[in-house]
Amino acid sequence: MATPVMDKAEAVAKAASPYITVTFRIRRFNPEVSAEAEWQDFQIEIDPKERVLDGLHKIKWDVDGSLTFRRSCAHGICGSDAMRINGKNRLACKTLIKDINPEKPITVEAIKGLTVLKDLVVDMEPFFQAYRDVMPFLITKGNEPTRERLQSAEDRERFDDTTKCILCAACTSSCPVFWNDGQYFGPAAIVNAHRFIFDSRDEAGEQRLEILNDKDGVWRCRTTFNCTDACPRGIEVTKAIQEVKRALITRRF
Amino acid sequence: MSADTTSAIGPVEGARRYDVDNPAPLIEAPRKRTGKTPRSTRGNFEMAAWLFMRLSGVVLVVLVIGHLLIQLVLDGGVSKIGFAFVAGRWASPFWQTWDLLMLWLAMLHGANGLRTVINDYAERPNTRLWLKGLLYTATVFTILLGTLVIFTFDPNIR
Repeated sequence: MATPVMDKAEAVAKAASPYITVTFRIRRFNPEVSAEAEWQDFQIEIDPKERVLDGLHKIKWDVDGSLTFRRSCAHGICGSDAMRINGKNRLACKTLIKDINPEKPITVEAIKGLTVLKDLVVDMEPFFQAYRDVMPFLITKGNEPTRERLQSAEDRERFDDTTKCILCAACTSSCPVFWNDGQYFGPAAIVNAHRFIFDSRDEAGEQRLEILNDKDGVWRCRTTFNCTDACPRGIEVTKAIQEVKRALITRRF
Repeated sequence: MSADTTSAIGPVEGARRYDVDNPAPLIEAPRKRTGKTPRSTRGNFEMAAWLFMRLSGVVLVVLVIGHLLIQLVLDGGVSKIGFAFVAGRWASPFWQTWDLLMLWLAMLHGANGLRTVINDYAERPNTRLWLKGLLYTATVFTILLGTLVIFTFDPNIR
């Protein structure tokens, strides 16, 4: 009875294999080939416990080397690989295949609201311009102290949530106001302004509030909570924006 | 080299290009408030509009729910409403004020909401211009007509 044993071994080997076949439906765009973007399907064998980024790597390394996307650390810290996976902005390196229903094709496309340069790579310049405009650095008056600038635990806690931002643009590119009008500062810039406005060591809060009081500042926020849902770091983005609005009204009158 | 230790500029950077007569170009901080930038936007229109939406919303909840209760629910419901009922209510300055306030707040609240919708969704300046023109015309017309009726209402008409 050699054959049944072999069959059994084969069956066991098959059952033990963690790999499943997953379809990646990726929105491809190459301005050198066509002005139109189109969906392309890739079928790959992948362990459902792996991440979407591993799937993209398999495609780029083994199937189609022309697939273009950004990634750097691949562990959810650098904020390079924000993309729209199954219609929701996420980091490809923090999204497990098993969590996004691998039975159906997994759609992957570039984040919205920014110009697509190629495949999943977008022009981040407008995003970073808004970030620079809120002056995301410590501003103080007077001489530099000889010791560190001390701060109480409560004062640090005040802006703790917004220090977590990794500038991945998942929030800004999920905002319907930003999709329609790129002049809006966007959630990420406001979050990073919040980080300094509520920092007890910083002295340019007034100046930042003035900048965000602009026509395209915080008042364009429609409180749709897309940004809070999209943030891969779990920052309460909409709450931060509301706190800036409240500061604009209560702090100054 | 020992002569250079007093200066922060090392020999690699060569001769100093900047001195008292030739100062280094001033690089301004991004968005720094200078003489050229417009005046402080403190109390700007967008903020006033945002605040108005919140405050008028709270007042409208009371006004509109009270209005609906009186007109449609209490004391016989909608069947009691007629010319006489309206004339009776508007004889009192309290109900005149109530209706006038409700008219102004509701119209401005709705118009401002639509203004933000137009700002968010109409992309071309011309479309915006026409939509907003239509919106403002309709708002002003309705507010003026309503105010006129409340103030000049004559129960002995005809």
